[in-house]
Formats: sequence, structure tokens, C-alpha cells
Amino acid sequence: MDTDMKVERTAHRRIVPESDMPPPIKPSPEHETLRARLEDFSFYYSNGFQAIKHVDMPILDRKVTAIIGPSGCGKSTLLRSINRMHDLYPGNRYEGRIILEPEGENLIGKGADPVIVRLRVGMVFQKPNPFPKSIYENVAAGLRVRGVKDRHVIDEAVETALRRAAVWDETKDKLKGSASDLSGGQQQRLCIARALAPNPEILLLDEPTSALDPIATAKIEDLIQELSDSVTIVIVTHNMQQAARISHRTAFMYIGELIEFGDTNQIFTNPRHPRTESYITGRYG
Amino acid sequence: MALTTKGNLGPGRTEQSAFDAVHSAKRKDLWFAAGGLFVLAIAMSLLFTLIGDLIIRGTQYIDYDFMTSYPSRLPERAGILSAWVGSLLVMLVTAFLAVPVGIAAGLYLEEYARKGWFSDFIEINVSNLAGVPSIIYGLLALGMFVYGMGLGQTILVAGMTLALLILPIVIVSTREAVRSIPQIVKEGAYGIGADQWQVMWNYIIPAARPGIMTGAIVGLSRAIGETAPLITIGALTFIAFLPSPPVTGEFPFISFAWLHDGFTVLPIQMFNWVSRPQPEFHIAAAATGVVLIALTFSLNGIAIWIRYRLRKQHRN
Ligand SMILES: Nc1ncnc2c1ncn2[C@@H]1O[C@H](COP(=O)(O)OP(=O)(O)O)[C@@H](O)[C@H]1O
Ligand SMILES: [Mg+2]
Repeated sequence: MDTDMKVERTAHRRIVPESDMPPPIKPSPEHETLRARLEDFSFYYSNGFQAIKHVDMPILDRKVTAIIGPSGCGKSTLLRSINRMHDLYPGNRYEGRIILEPEGENLIGKGADPVIVRLRVGMVFQKPNPFPKSIYENVAAGLRVRGVKDRHVIDEAVETALRRAAVWDETKDKLKGSASDLSGGQQQRLCIARALAPNPEILLLDEPTSALDPIATAKIEDLIQELSDSVTIVIVTHNMQQAARISHRTAFMYIGELIEFGDTNQIFTNPRHPRTESYITGRYG
Repeated sequence: MALTTKGNLGPGRTEQSAFDAVHSAKRKDLWFAAGGLFVLAIAMSLLFTLIGDLIIRGTQYIDYDFMTSYPSRLPERAGILSAWVGSLLVMLVTAFLAVPVGIAAGLYLEEYARKGWFSDFIEINVSNLAGVPSIIYGLLALGMFVYGMGLGQTILVAGMTLALLILPIVIVSTREAVRSIPQIVKEGAYGIGADQWQVMWNYIIPAARPGIMTGAIVGLSRAIGETAPLITIGALTFIAFLPSPPVTGEFPFISFAWLHDGFTVLPIQMFNWVSRPQPEFHIAAAATGVVLIALTFSLNGIAIWIRYRLRKQHRN
């Protein structure tokens, strides 16, 4: 396993140069640019438990990156690191680097303000969690936090975000109505709109469909595919079919380690690591 | 086709022991419920007898004259004007001091203070303070406010004393209200890029408001009935004047001179009348008790109403 891991890691390092200098962004043959990269990233919970172990991983610009792996392997932990959610609880510790491109800024570096990170990286949670406010105010919340006061600007951003999140038609007549009156699937799309409204650089989704029925799930999957034209998405899912359907790149994690990262097609049709293979063929999970 | 139906389910294919266990658990439920109801009935009937007696004897005594007269040596001319005005003003000072300070302290402890042995220490002490006998607060206030700071036996000092007394209640209920907000709501707020201040003002306080308000009002309704600490700091038992009016005829039209006036409050007036030998005064005391209970109940009523209203509003 260790030798395989090394092969995998060196494979990433070819995309991610070793030097600390932000590399020039070289479009690959398929015009892929890097939006962010994790370098030797580790995470420790306050009880000392190391939930993420030395992960190197690229996040491509305007592509969907899926993180899969058995329950408890650290998918959520990894995702929540990218917008510094762990900073809400004392004692948690990051190690390594999460570099945001093209600026080459380290999100977890000394002096990086978690609030600024969250202004730039949006998040959608597993369970729909709209604020106990109107639909309009839910979507406007991110703008208000950023000090936007102009009504017209907010009106427009709310409509754009709701359209992008494919929930405009269902909500346009009741924007002043309460968000909690929406169905679970609508609420989750509202949460996506809420995260999209301030135009985040990266959108993180943590099992966004696990609390939803198949129809609502399908809607959100379509939506994610459409959004990937305009925003970089990282999605955690325990549903392998979902990862295969909607993502361009897939990362397979196992007990805190990134076992394999690659083109989604390759991961699902021709996994290099035996552990990936046994996971996607359903031998454990 | 005739179907025969039977209401009682037999064990079917379950084990007999499981069937018996359910039955015996049900019997215990029944006994527990019956016992609880019995105790509750005794407690309620005692309470209603007490209050009912008070109300029957006191209510017919309450009229316009009773509410607008000063206390008097003659029972038929005695009223509670200075007492209820005093209670009202003392409550005003108490609320003004304890509510903002208590809420701010609770929010700080819950949201800002670093969690560690020090915050644990403060938490334990605040909870303990809530259980300190009120007369101790009276002694503290007598030493600190009346003599130490030379503030005298005034409405201001009474308000400060009762504010100290209910501060732990407000702090604890604020903390509990904040703590009961689901983590997912807070994470959602931080997730849109809000900083701590914005999360607190725009998300935590609105969500915690019913609990915070309830705590504040419960604190006030405790303060309104407090007698011992106010007697300790030297509230007067016989007052035939009103504090200086808060609104005056000349600039700047608002006066705070009343803060430095002497005072009495409803429970002290009541206490005073109970200790008189004449039976008429005892009835006056009962009437004062009715007014006091009515005030307390309406405060609690307001608390329930607020909680109900805000919960509903919040849910929608
Ligand atoms: N707050 C925490 N403190 C300590 N350990 C935690 C905490 N949250 C999660 N973990 C542990 O970290 C590991 C990864 O959890 P998580 O990222 O939630 O897994 P996944 O999302 O892949 O199911 C698990 O072993 C879990 O028990
Ligand atoms: Mg998870």
C-alpha cells in the first residue's frame, strides 16, 4: 500500500511543483487551470486525533471534484478545512498548505483570517439549514454580511443566485415567504443559492443530497453539473454513482489518507490502487 | 365473509417473557401516572386554597381609593400609592441595570470567552450566586452601596441591589438560550462569511431572544416580590409622599432626582400591615398581596406570550 501511495503522491507532485513559489498556471491540453491545491495537508482534532494525513490534491478551476470514501474516512473534515470551519471550535489544528490560485495564498497560513477565507469559499451543508428568515433574506444574507446595502444590487443578486441554483421558478412568487415552508430539496437549493449569491471562488458541498429523495437529488445533480461551467466545486458524497455522474475528478480517501486521485472516468473504470478498486466495486464501504 | 375481531393482542410469535415485560412496564406506567396526579392535586389544592383565601379576603378591599392613597394610621384611609409607585420605579432601575448587563455577560461568556478552567470557574460561581439567599445581597448592598459608596437608602440602591440579585438568573438563562441554538445554524451563518459580531447580532441574538426575554422577565418577577434585601438596606415602611416626578415643567423636562428618594415597595408595605394588631390592616395586607400576585402573574404572562409569539415568528 505504501509504495502505491508514493506512486500516487509523486503523480500529483508533477501537477504541483515542490517550490513554495506559486507556479505559473499552465493550461493543460484540456485547458484545465488550477484553482487551489492541498500540499502535505494534515488536520488534527482538538483531542489530538489526526483525521487527515499528508494529503496532496489539486482542485481544478470550474470543474467538479468529488471526494469519496467510506464513512469516517475524513471527507467532511477535509472539506471543512477548505473554508476553515474547524476554526469555530477551539483546539483544532491544520498543518501543511491549502493554496488558493492564482494568487498563491495559503488559506491556513499564519495570519490568514478564517472569516476572509469564508468570504471567498462558500459552503453547503449535509442537512438543509436555511436561516429562519424569508427566502429573499436567506439569499441576501451573504451580501449583507459583506456590507452591500444597495437594494437594486441585492435584488439582482438574489434573482441571479436563485436562477443559478435552479430554484427561481419555485420561489419567485414568495420571496418574502418563510424559507422553512419550502420542501427539503428546495431548501437545499436555496442554501446553494445563498452560497452562490456572493460569487464564491470555490463552492464546497458536503453530501448535499443525503437528506433528500431521489427526485430532489437528481435536480441538485443537474444543477451541480450546470454550475461547474461557472464555479469551482468540491463535493463530498458517499454515493459513488453520484460522483461518477457529476464529477470531473475524484479523490478516494481511506482513514485520513488520500489513496487515489484522478480523472473520474479513470477512477471508476480503471482504478490504480487495489483499495480504490475494492471500494468502488462495493467490497466495503 | 364474517371476520371475528378481538381487541387484545396475544403474544403471537413473540417470546412470552417479552410479552410479560411489556405488561409489567405498562402497570408501572399506570402507577407512576396515578401517583404523580395525586401529588399534583394536593399541591395545587393547597396553592389554590392559599391564593383563593387571599383573593377572597383582599379583592373586595381594592378600589380606586386604595390604589391612590398613602398609608395611614387609620386602616380605612390606608392605601398603597407609595408602595406600588415605589415597586414600579425600583423595578425600572433593576431592569435597566440587570437586563443589559446580564445579557451582555451571558453572550460574552458563551460566545467570546475562551473555554478553559477560568470560564468553568465563572460558570460555577454564577450558578451558585443564583442560589445565594437574598438577604445576603441586602447585606452586601448595605455595606457597599449605602455605606461604602454613600448612596443612601434610595430607589437607586434598591434597584442596584435587586439587579445584583437577578443578574445570575439573566446570565444563566441567556447562556442556556444561546447554547440551545443548533450548531448547524451557527455554522450556516459563519459559512456565508459572517464574522463573530455579525453572527451574534444577526443570528444568535434573534434565535435566542425568546429564551433571553423569558429569563429577564422571570428575574424581574422574582425581584418584585423580594422583601428581605430591601429591608436590610433600609427601605422605609411608612411613606406618605411620592418620589420626585421623572418629568418636570422646566428644561430639560426629565429629572432623575427620584433615583435618590426614599421608597417603600409592595411586599414591605404588606409585611408592615401584617405585623399590625388591627385586623383591618390584615385585610389591607391581603389586598396588597393580591396586587403583588397580579403583577407577578402578569409579568409571567408576558413572558409566556413573548416566548410563544417569538417562537412562532421564528419558525415561520
Ligand atoms: N469533532 C471531532 N473530534 C474528534 N474526532 C472527530 C471529530 N469529528 C470527526 N472526528 C473523527 O474524524 C474522522 C473523520 O470524520 P469525518 O470527516 O466526519 O468523516 P466522513 O465525513 O468521511 O464520514 C472520524 O474518525 C471521526 O470520528
Ligand atoms: Mg461526513
